[in-house]
Amino acid sequence: MTVKPDTTTAASAPRAADDAVGERLSETWPEEHGLWAWFTTVDHKKIGRRYMVTAAAYFVLAGVAALVMRTQLAGPNGDVVDPELFDQLFSLHGTAMIFLFATPMLFGFGNFLVPLMLGTRDMAFPRLNAFGYWVFAAAGILMFGSLLFEAAPNAGWFAYVPLSGSDHSPGYNLDVYTLGLLFLGVSTTAGAINFIVTALKLRAPGMSLNRVPVFVWAIVVTSFMVIFALPPLNVANAMLFLDRRFGTNFFDTAEGGDAVLWQHLFWLFGHPDVYIIVLPALGIVSAIVPTFSRRAIAAYPLIVLATVATGIISFGVWVHHMFAVGLPDLSLTFFSAASLIITVPAGIQVFCWLGTMLMGRLVLNVAMLWVLGFIVLFVLGGVTGVMFAIVPFDQQTTDSYFVVAHFHYVLFGGAVFPIIAGLFYWWPKFTGRMTSRRGGLWSFWLTFAGFNLAFFPMHISGLLGMPRRIYVYPGDTGWTVWNLLSTLGAYLLTVGLLVTLGTLVHSLRRGERATDDPWGGETLEWAATSPPKVYNLPVIPTAHSLTPMWDERSLASFTDGIADDERVLAHQHAVLRTSELDGRLEHPPLEMPEDSPLPLVVAASLFAGTLALLLGWYEGTLVLLVAVAALCWWLWPHRSPIPEDGADGGGGQT
Amino acid sequence: MAACDSSAPSTLSPAGPAARQITGLWWLLFWISAVVSVVVFVLLGRAVLRGRRAGERVNTRSGNRFVLIMGVALPVLVLAGVYVVGLRDMRALQHDGEPAAYTVEVVGHKWWWEVRYPDDGAVTANEIHIPAGEPVDLELTTEDVNHSLWVPELAPKVDLIAGRTNTLRLEADEPGEYRGQCAEFCGLQHANMAFIVVAHPPEEFRSWLANESEPAPEPDTQPAAEGLEVLESSSCATCHTVRGTEAGGTLGPDLTHLAGRRYLGAGAVPNNPGHLAGWISDAQSIKPGNEMPPQPLPSEDLQALLAYLETLE
Amino acid sequence: MNAVDMRSVSRATEPEALATERPRGRTPAWWGMVLLITTEVVLFAVLLASYFFVQFTTEGPWPPGGIRTPELRLPLIMTVLLLSSSAPMAWADRAIRRGYQGQLAAGLALALLLGAAFLTLQGIEYDTKLAEFTWTSYAYGSLFYAITGFHGFHVAAGLFMIGFTLVGTLRGRYTYERHERVRQVAFYWHAIDGLWILILSSLYLSPHV
Ligand code: HEA
Ligand code: HEA
Ligand code: HEC
Ligand code: CUA
Ligand SMILES: [Cu+2]
Repeated sequence: MTVKPDTTTAASAPRAADDAVGERLSETWPEEHGLWAWFTTVDHKKIGRRYMVTAAAYFVLAGVAALVMRTQLAGPNGDVVDPELFDQLFSLHGTAMIFLFATPMLFGFGNFLVPLMLGTRDMAFPRLNAFGYWVFAAAGILMFGSLLFEAAPNAGWFAYVPLSGSDHSPGYNLDVYTLGLLFLGVSTTAGAINFIVTALKLRAPGMSLNRVPVFVWAIVVTSFMVIFALPPLNVANAMLFLDRRFGTNFFDTAEGGDAVLWQHLFWLFGHPDVYIIVLPALGIVSAIVPTFSRRAIAAYPLIVLATVATGIISFGVWVHHMFAVGLPDLSLTFFSAASLIITVPAGIQVFCWLGTMLMGRLVLNVAMLWVLGFIVLFVLGGVTGVMFAIVPFDQQTTDSYFVVAHFHYVLFGGAVFPIIAGLFYWWPKFTGRMTSRRGGLWSFWLTFAGFNLAFFPMHISGLLGMPRRIYVYPGDTGWTVWNLLSTLGAYLLTVGLLVTLGTLVHSLRRGERATDDPWGGETLEWAATSPPKVYNLPVIPTAHSLTPMWDERSLASFTDGIADDERVLAHQHAVLRTSELDGRLEHPPLEMPEDSPLPLVVAASLFAGTLALLLGWYEGTLVLLVAVAALCWWLWPHRSPIPEDGADGGGGQT
Repeated sequence: MAACDSSAPSTLSPAGPAARQITGLWWLLFWISAVVSVVVFVLLGRAVLRGRRAGERVNTRSGNRFVLIMGVALPVLVLAGVYVVGLRDMRALQHDGEPAAYTVEVVGHKWWWEVRYPDDGAVTANEIHIPAGEPVDLELTTEDVNHSLWVPELAPKVDLIAGRTNTLRLEADEPGEYRGQCAEFCGLQHANMAFIVVAHPPEEFRSWLANESEPAPEPDTQPAAEGLEVLESSSCATCHTVRGTEAGGTLGPDLTHLAGRRYLGAGAVPNNPGHLAGWISDAQSIKPGNEMPPQPLPSEDLQALLAYLETLE
Repeated sequence: MNAVDMRSVSRATEPEALATERPRGRTPAWWGMVLLITTEVVLFAVLLASYFFVQFTTEGPWPPGGIRTPELRLPLIMTVLLLSSSAPMAWADRAIRRGYQGQLAAGLALALLLGAAFLTLQGIEYDTKLAEFTWTSYAYGSLFYAITGFHGFHVAAGLFMIGFTLVGTLRGRYTYERHERVRQVAFYWHAIDGLWILILSSLYLSPHV
């Protein structure tokens, strides 16, 4: 195992390479400015930052919805909002946090970091990447916009039938849900395919599978899960839309349909989805822990194996969300066992981090503090998950606030804490600025305290019999004090998040300039300038170990490669292509597309088509022909300087 | 934690065998979780403290063994044990085919509970009366969307699923009233879809059931008789049944023995003349969005109606 | 001339370069198509699983409500047409890897024709079926039309892709050096054919056993 060397001399190798060839590269990879460039860029770093900013905006909106809910629930018989609005608020809150914040935020990290960590210059399909962003942004506008028309989804984030059917939910609310998620699904699928292909084909030479950073592994496993988990959700939503609009009977029990089918389809997606959210977040943790422990991650093969195993097993546990539905006992015992088994890979990851920290020398930096907070909360959330895996206990507590407590510990503690840790960790790389340590400490302690005050009491109110999704509760049930504490905690939490936001924004203006590698990180993103140039790395390095930045030979490959045209690729807008398993160089290099308005055009017409369908103006869906035409132009075999076409081929139809 | 407000419908103060079983399970799970968490936190603390000690050497071992022991072997042992206990408790809740003393049909409606005693013909709403110390089976179906029946102090919850029938065994150790509530989101008034389980001493239960199975008593006063006329002639009869009268609607709760109920509107307000009048003239202001439209009756009709409804013991 | 250009020149003139079938590693586009097909196959798998789920939770005869068990004559003819269209597609793909543009065009055209014939027959089959039951006739009808219709939509999309490729072929855009796109379209087309076999056995054959 490699130990971090003294970085001061070593890290200058990429710099030296940049000084030598950076100018030439800037001509093939020019920095574009202006409005046109803003709408047409396909640069993975810009798109990644956009994903993060947009997802953060949606987080604030969904968070404000939660604050209104908490205010309503501060005491018994609250009358801040009426039940119509409350139902929309919690449904939108859940749907948006899951679909419009967590996944896209982590896709944003992936977009920015995966090509850098792999030592390449962009995603495999840059235009598809831009397209995915636009679709995501539009889906969020649709969902949040619907609230202005009192048409936001209002049947909970899992929208059980028959409640979500047209008999019980007239109006557009559930159409926004079904179509919005179908539309967004296009983006998520496109992003997932892009991540997998990038990680398979664009790794730096020498980066065999056992040298791929854990974060990239996590993104790849997540992406595979998207490929397999999204179809059930899409099928379910399409069926529900057809039932609501065109009188089909998929879920209509009077006509031979089945209401439990929805639940199976939803959770067949829904359970993998929670790991789709948490795995990249755990990947962030696995990137931060080694840097601040001053050693490579402990038990690398085990943590990779655990990541892959989680991805696979998570497809076999969905019925644990349906323990009270009245399914046969045999099925319950099977899914109970599977739910217990899935905690093993989670435990492996926790002990890999602990081992790394114990065997290294922990540096308590702000990012690391957020990671420590994460471990505490993730374990607390994880152990309540294990409780639900025991059928009788779940049957007692399901659909109570105990569940609300569980999933906020794992979602907020398990995903948002790593996200914020990642923001502090990579902020210098994202923006070129350092953040204030004092601000970081305040933000952490306020958020951590606020979080626990907000969500720990929910365990108790749940055990005291408080069901979830109620807009009022009577005063004589003993729930009042716990709810009041929760609400106060939510306010404190908001203060903490505001301080976080303030610290980050402040750094943008006043922050110290960041060096290329301020923490002495171990993976290749730290070889790029802060923020990275359009071409990322001046020379495509050779990876000789899992921790190339701590390894002399990998570092030397930067300076050695200056003279090698094939490593600099200064004459072409192209990236290196390597073999899937052991990262051997393949020929020819892969030509990369230039900036293009096509992604925006296709996304916009798809959005317009979705709106037309939503509003029942079926002639309007003809606007989809624009998308088809644009796709034809996109995929047309234009004459190309490099014979074998590769980039952006075949990704985008249907 | 256990010693909270005694009025809470708490899973931690069980009043029936099923809930008690699960409370035991909870405390087991709680302690296991506490130990697991403490182990992790202690290791975490050690890592932080070690980091403070400058100059300590970085250990370059792979760490595989540490992870295999702490992260695989120990958890697998713990989880296997937990699983076995879980199976045992699951089996215990199945009561081995021991027959129930009564079978009660519960039908979920948006947003109230219809409760039927098929053997005796009694029909009521939002109250499930059972004999204490005797097992009762609830047969659960729904008229519209999914609901879930939950009495935390007595038993785990079971969903009412469209197109299916589920069964829940309910048993209370002692006579008493136990709060229950719908636990599956079912729309606007999911929050006000509560009910109570009333456990009587067995004798008392039987006389309650006998009374509840009777048709409504004949009105014995003038206002009451007028009230019955109002009921039968106004829209009430299209939605409500009062057994023994012309009113035979089935959209709303059976009102035959309304006066004996503790609450109106599935726990929305206590059942007293003031609230009853308010409910009839505008149930929407009490329980917004519920399925009973406001009934603007002339005040003398309303008074008569109230007089009649009060006789429905 | 830089090194890359040199290499491509030499590669094109070396004897082994003439046997261009040997893939030089898989391209990103290849993987992109494979993953797209994977997620589509999962989609159909979920639809078919829903079909069987509803069948197993339905009491009484299947198909329900007096709908007759599907006739097999037309679907079997359709099957023959669709499956046989894979052959010219494979032939076209092979041809262009050796640089035969004419054969590529002919193969694509033939596949296009067979696929179009399949869709036409599906239209005819719908015509008779709709007289008997529609997508609102029980969950069965909904599933039947959703699954076959969604597949038909994929066939149409595949035909569009073949046509698109054919136009490119006639413009001389595909050569023995540049045929990746053809391979992907062929892939997609074979996948659609394969899916039809699953649909045939689930919707048409399984009610007969
Ligand atoms: C990021 C999201 C996330 C994560 C990571 C998890 C993790 C887990 N979840 Fe959770 N879950 C949700 C999000 C998540 N969940 C959501 C959103 C819902 C509710 C949806 C809704 O109804 O709206 C839910 C609901 C939910 C239910 C259904 C509850 C109900 O509605 O009745 C169940 C039941 O089994 C469950 C189980 C688990 C288990 C066993 C884990 C395990 O993976 C946890 C494993 C981790 C640990 C255990 C900690 C670390 C391990 C160790 C330190 C090793 C040693 C440990 C032991 C020996 C115990 N979850
Ligand atoms: C990732 C997922 C996620 C996150 C982060 C949260 C965050 C929060 N949730 Fe969330 N919640 C869900 C997912 C999530 N929730 C889901 C899936 C459900 C189920 C929905 C359903 O039943 O259908 C749910 C349900 C749910 C309920 C239950 C509603 C009910 O059953 O009736 C409650 C109640 O208190 C609640 C509260 C909160 C609060 C107070 C926060 C707070 O943490 C929010 C804090 C955020 C803000 C207040 C925003 C303002 C912040 C700033 C201005 C600073 C910005 C800083 C940066 C950008 C760095 N949530
Ligand atoms: C359109 C149907 C409809 C009409 C007409 C109607 N009701 Fe109702 N009623 C309901 C429904 C539905 C409920 C249950 C509401 C709930 O709890 O959510 C109800 C509840 C009640 C209750 C409370 C019962 C309980 O146990 O909680 C009373 C009392 C009542 N109605 C009396 C009347 C009277 C008196 C009239 C006529 C003046 C009337 N209703 C007319 C549908 C109707
Ligand atoms: Cu009925 Cu909630
Ligand atoms: Cu789950």
